[in-house]
Amino acid sequence: MAGASLLVVRPAKATPEELVIALRETFGDQPINRGRVKLEVPRLAENGSVVPVIVSVESPMTELQHVKSIHLFAQKNHLPRILEVHLGHYNGKAVVSSRVRVATSQQLTAVAAMSDGSLWSAAADIEVVTSECGL
Amino acid sequence: MSRMGTARVRMTANAKRGEVIEIRTLVQHPMESGFRLDNTGKAIARHIVESFHCSYNGREIFRARLYPAVSTNPFFTFYAVAADSGDFVFTWKDDQGGVATATSHLDVV
Repeated sequence: MAGASLLVVRPAKATPEELVIALRETFGDQPINRGRVKLEVPRLAENGSVVPVIVSVESPMTELQHVKSIHLFAQKNHLPRILEVHLGHYNGKAVVSSRVRVATSQQLTAVAAMSDGSLWSAAADIEVVTSECGL
Repeated sequence: MSRMGTARVRMTANAKRGEVIEIRTLVQHPMESGFRLDNTGKAIARHIVESFHCSYNGREIFRARLYPAVSTNPFFTFYAVAADSGDFVFTWKDDQGGVATATSHLDVV
């Protein structure tokens, strides 16, 4: 059946373990704290191929103390990585928004890397009704 | 070098020194994930924007790395501190050599 050929071409969906691997590849063994990050996504997405996300990080955004990067991950997409952005004190505030694809109902995770080397994160559950993006 | 679709940037043209301004950007691009099949069952090749940069008076102030899970027509909103009058230059690059650029001028008083 058609479903069988799909299985041949498509890689397996990322699992939470792949998310753990992606986090380790990106941040090494450094502890990731909960807090200081706000991840806003709709609780329910009609269409998983266009999901608005806003990530904001509490930071004074000064030359001494600022957010260096923000990374967004999906637990159950084919690839756990969605997006990473690099920032600095010249941004004034650490708020970034975009639109992303979410394959299926799952948890999204945002991690912020600070100029002092610490890592902070937030997670958000999202329920997806349909997705056509093939992710 | 292949062409990319239209790039659009929305930001204020004037700001006070020190003001934090909002920058909204969008580029037309299919962001073909590489995971979809055409109607004969063949995989459709990946074709995505991989990077997006913004520089302000020659200094990089925002850089993004995109993966296939960024939606069609990649859109970003971010912020910048108005420091001096000058140009914001935006550059998108895809994985097939496509490049799109846009420039916006900011007057700082």
